Amino acid sequence: MKKSTTNAAFYVPYGLWLALFVVAPVLLIIYQSFFDISGHFTLGNYATYFQSGTYILMTINSVVYAFIITAVTLLISYPTAYLLHYAKHKQLWLLLIILPTWINLLLKAYAFIGIFSQDGGVNGFLGMFGIAPKQFLFTDFSFILVASYIEIPFMILPIFNGIEELDQGYVNASRDLGAKGWQTFTRVILPLTMNGVKAGVQAVFIPSLSLFMLTRLIGGNRVITLGTAIEEHFLVTMNWGMGSTIGVVLIIAMFLIMFLTGERKRKGGRA
Amino acid sequence: MKKWKWSNLYLIFVFILLYVPIFYLVGYSFSAGDSMSNFHGFTWQHYLDLFADTRMIQIVVDTLLLALLSSLIATIIGTMGALAIHRTSRPVIKNTVLSMNNILMVSPDVIIGASFLIFFTALKIPLGFLSVLMSHIAFSIPIVVLMVLPKLKEMRQSMLDAARDLGSTTTQVLTHIIMPFITPGILSGFFMAFTYSLDDFAVTFFVTGNGFQTLAVEIYARARQGISLEINALSGVMFIFALLLVIGYYFIQQGAQTRKAKHKGGETL
Repeated sequence: MKKSTTNAAFYVPYGLWLALFVVAPVLLIIYQSFFDISGHFTLGNYATYFQSGTYILMTINSVVYAFIITAVTLLISYPTAYLLHYAKHKQLWLLLIILPTWINLLLKAYAFIGIFSQDGGVNGFLGMFGIAPKQFLFTDFSFILVASYIEIPFMILPIFNGIEELDQGYVNASRDLGAKGWQTFTRVILPLTMNGVKAGVQAVFIPSLSLFMLTRLIGGNRVITLGTAIEEHFLVTMNWGMGSTIGVVLIIAMFLIMFLTGERKRKGGRA
Repeated sequence: MKKWKWSNLYLIFVFILLYVPIFYLVGYSFSAGDSMSNFHGFTWQHYLDLFADTRMIQIVVDTLLLALLSSLIATIIGTMGALAIHRTSRPVIKNTVLSMNNILMVSPDVIIGASFLIFFTALKIPLGFLSVLMSHIAFSIPIVVLMVLPKLKEMRQSMLDAARDLGSTTTQVLTHIIMPFITPGILSGFFMAFTYSLDDFAVTFFVTGNGFQTLAVEIYARARQGISLEINALSGVMFIFALLLVIGYYFIQQGAQTRKAKHKGGETL
């Protein structure tokens, strides 16, 4: 009896948090999406979203960018995580992978402004080979590169955990039974570490849909993602209704991705 | 033997990739010029500027204070939440609460920021330190829960039963048995909450008013105006700070592991 009362007491602050900061904001953003800029109830925001073409185009654009970023990150991260698993001192290596994630995101973006600028590091390097300075900053290329750079550790960690969980016995068995290195990889290692890959994709794809700071600083407003559109509507044009509508779209996209990749936690991979 | 070499080469390549921007940034903090191009000779000037910039110092202090306060409160609420979830026996409720707990973990920052902004405006809570603090507490709670729960699961029921059989009250069981056992989880949770708060830009950007700035928001504002090597100096300081944090976290983890090892050793004896 006493147990249940203390339990209830423990639930009070936590339950309050759940209600106020998890449930209420989601409901509010859905509610807000049905109001126009002057506060009248309307379905117009959704009509605009689906009919104007620009919003649909922007959404597709955003998904394509997120897809490219995720693919690039995955391509670099999988081999890294795999090699890391067999490396000596892997705890130390792992720590070195985690360290850059503790540097503020803004500072990393700022570093790339320097590296990509007209007289920055990359152009200086190219200059040594006699190549004339090129415009790197404010291009799609730089946006994808910087976004991938930022997301790499978040991809490596879940994949690394997946590979760590893999029973080495299966790999040995596969080799003993005559599988070639490549066969072992595609038939045994990759399927068994798929959960890690899914977790990594989830950890990278969802934030990539909503990056808004990078599109400003690195993409130079040429790249508009769902995140940029939301920020624009909320903080610049003050059209909260439209912003919320895009927010609802983003939330639906998020659940879709979580459904496709199976439920896994995101930032937890950082530990 | 050959394979080993190639693999190491790839790893080293990835690490160079990861660290070049950071070292580029920190390297130019010692350059006498005023842009991130052509190193102009060594100087401490930008660090001196940084420490003389009272606005920046104030923002750094505010950011640290915010991180400390929000992670402390989030740790308390999160730990209570974890205890409550752990004691919930009905799987349906437990799973529902856990999924709800994870919503903020997977939500994009913009959504959290925008929905909190609507929330604060609806409740007429003024935007500023208070709204930022509440937001940081809110998005840090789930990670604390996720760090504490596994520790609670590790705990053996027989230990609690033994304590009760020997006449401990519920409070005594909690303070003398459960709390010491889950302390490593609580510490990890606190640590993660602290770094989440320090790292956050998007949510703060949405819910802060004119009066209150965190470091990330300030850097964003300055970076949009162009390059100032004072920010490079700041990143140098922050790199050292992050290094210390990582080392600290490493030792917390290691400590937890040796404790676990000792525990297991004790069992076999």
